[in-house]
Amino acid sequence: MKLPEEELLSSGHRGCAGCGASIGVRLALKALGRNTVAISATGCLEVMTTPYPETSWEIPWIHVAFENAGAVASGVESALRIQGKDDVNVVAFGGDGGTVDIGLQSLSGAMERGHNLIYICYDNEAYMNTGIQRSGATPFGASTTTSPQGKNSFGEDQHKKDMPMIMAAHGIPYVATASISYPQDFMKKVKKAAEIDGPAYIHLNQPCTTGWGYDSSKTIELGKLAVETGAWILYEIENGEFNLTHNLRKRKPVTDYLGAQKRFKHLQDKEKEEIQKYIDAQCAKVGIE
Amino acid sequence: MTKEVMTANKAVAEAARLVKPKVIPVFPITPQTSISEYLAQYVADGDIDAKYVKVESEHSAISAAVGASGAGVRVFTATSSQGLMLMHEIIFAAAGMRVPIVMANANRAISAPLSIWNDQQDSIAQRDAGWLQTYVEDAQDALDSTLMAYKISENDDVLLPSMVCLDGFILTHTVEPVDIPNQEDVNKFLPSYNPKHSFLDPKEPMTLGALADPGYYFEARHAIEIGMEKSIDVIKKTCKEFEEIFGRKYDLVENYKCDDAEIVLVAMGSVCSTIKAVIDELREEGEKIGLLKIRVYRPFPVDEINDAIKNCKKLSILDKNITFGIGGALYSDIKAKINKETYGFIIGLGGRDITPDTIKEVYEKTKNPEKDVTWVGLKKEDD
Repeated sequence: MKLPEEELLSSGHRGCAGCGASIGVRLALKALGRNTVAISATGCLEVMTTPYPETSWEIPWIHVAFENAGAVASGVESALRIQGKDDVNVVAFGGDGGTVDIGLQSLSGAMERGHNLIYICYDNEAYMNTGIQRSGATPFGASTTTSPQGKNSFGEDQHKKDMPMIMAAHGIPYVATASISYPQDFMKKVKKAAEIDGPAYIHLNQPCTTGWGYDSSKTIELGKLAVETGAWILYEIENGEFNLTHNLRKRKPVTDYLGAQKRFKHLQDKEKEEIQKYIDAQCAKVGIE
Repeated sequence: MTKEVMTANKAVAEAARLVKPKVIPVFPITPQTSISEYLAQYVADGDIDAKYVKVESEHSAISAAVGASGAGVRVFTATSSQGLMLMHEIIFAAAGMRVPIVMANANRAISAPLSIWNDQQDSIAQRDAGWLQTYVEDAQDALDSTLMAYKISENDDVLLPSMVCLDGFILTHTVEPVDIPNQEDVNKFLPSYNPKHSFLDPKEPMTLGALADPGYYFEARHAIEIGMEKSIDVIKKTCKEFEEIFGRKYDLVENYKCDDAEIVLVAMGSVCSTIKAVIDELREEGEKIGLLKIRVYRPFPVDEINDAIKNCKKLSILDKNITFGIGGALYSDIKAKINKETYGFIIGLGGRDITPDTIKEVYEKTKNPEKDVTWVGLKKEDD
């Protein structure tokens, strides 16, 4: 697949060097094209791309609050469709906080009502905008400022909420996981989501140089490691049918992934083993060896 | 024009039908519920060509309303009490984003303790949000104010959302005869909505709802203040145009026998009808009493209030809300803006009956004042 050269999220925004969220949005918009309206939840993306009077968005864009991107997108979609603008793509971007935590209710409503829109969760696995506080998407063992490692703590003590499967339980026509490190796979999924009539949900794993603690040149590498170790599984569920979209022949040990990030640096063998066991079980569930 | 007997909720729904909204995101709540039911039926029957968005909460109702209005269509929604409280965050966002949404609020007390009965604490608690607020006296007023609210909110000099406040149960569930304007007259009064900017149009991309640092936020808030100030003239003009087409006269305030009154009662909403009846009775006994009805509470009509009360000696303000430690909100606004001997009365919270005797007690306590703020209608210890 040849990537379109046109950028619909302009450079010059306030994202960190190596920011995974902006890579994700650029790819999504390359897949969707100009005939698209975007909605953002409050978060990194909104703050870094729209410092008034500047904007990075070359397409119409709206932001209202943290927890309501699903509902705002519902209103936008309803208004466009009732005006006969059926060909306009409606895409909402929410971070993991705005999606799996505070925005879950409004997103669930939007999915259940059958709006023809795409919701993309750009998941950097904590509240990065406010300085690395844990979210429901923070993985087991990660040290964040609100799940810090300490004398009595190894960091986050719960596994990541399985958001894509919660979305799939809504019975919507399309759910997929994706990674910014697999751009062709991600863009193919975005295009598919746009073509399908009805709600589509894509959960996008995107490493965060600041929150995960790695060199800003390694963002794509980290995303790859997540997939290659099975810590992040790429799949899609189309009209209820589950398919893996990345053939993982031989998984790398999760220590390769954990060791590359500051947020896991403190872990002892015991926690690392538990994480490996958890990933093994998750992989086994979907038929990955 | 046809005349029908209906509740104020039905009157509001009729107004919403006549303005032809394109998106109606609404969540039911007592005593607003029948508004959301009527609108669902109108859409189901094809009487309105709109998308009825069956949202899962009031927070999503107002959020979807902002999104739809941002996409350039006329929007209607309605709520009450706890629902309005849940909307609170987005109520402010709607004003800041300058989307001309119109929302009916069936005034109801706020929990705790839980109450479904009437007072005006819910909408009063939103008075600083940047919305225009009208408090209606009867079902006709509810219909007419909803029509006018669109014309005012959509005016380029205003571009602020409007809240039409109607007293829960007292108006929402009481039937009265109402004139329903015909569609042609409404079209003449309120043409179809053509916003200057249809923000969310791929052909004219715009960013709506940006981040403003201290270099810009202050001016953005000041722009709301300017819109609020300019809305006074827009409201007056709109009332005049409304009267020319529909023959019913409205203004920011209503002066009821204030000109020669020594004591003027000031109130909002349905209680004004009770007060007028008491005034007529007391006038026959030679008492010089009048009523100033605040119909439009935001913008706050300072000049119109001053003009109406210039001859009186004392003001007594009746509030169906409480700003703890201060008195009522209307009382504190009047104390801040109007130079007159003023007493505050808290009445009717959580649906406590307001009878002619309540009003007479207010009048007596204004004649012979004991304190600045009095709660009238509290049970005595042995009650």
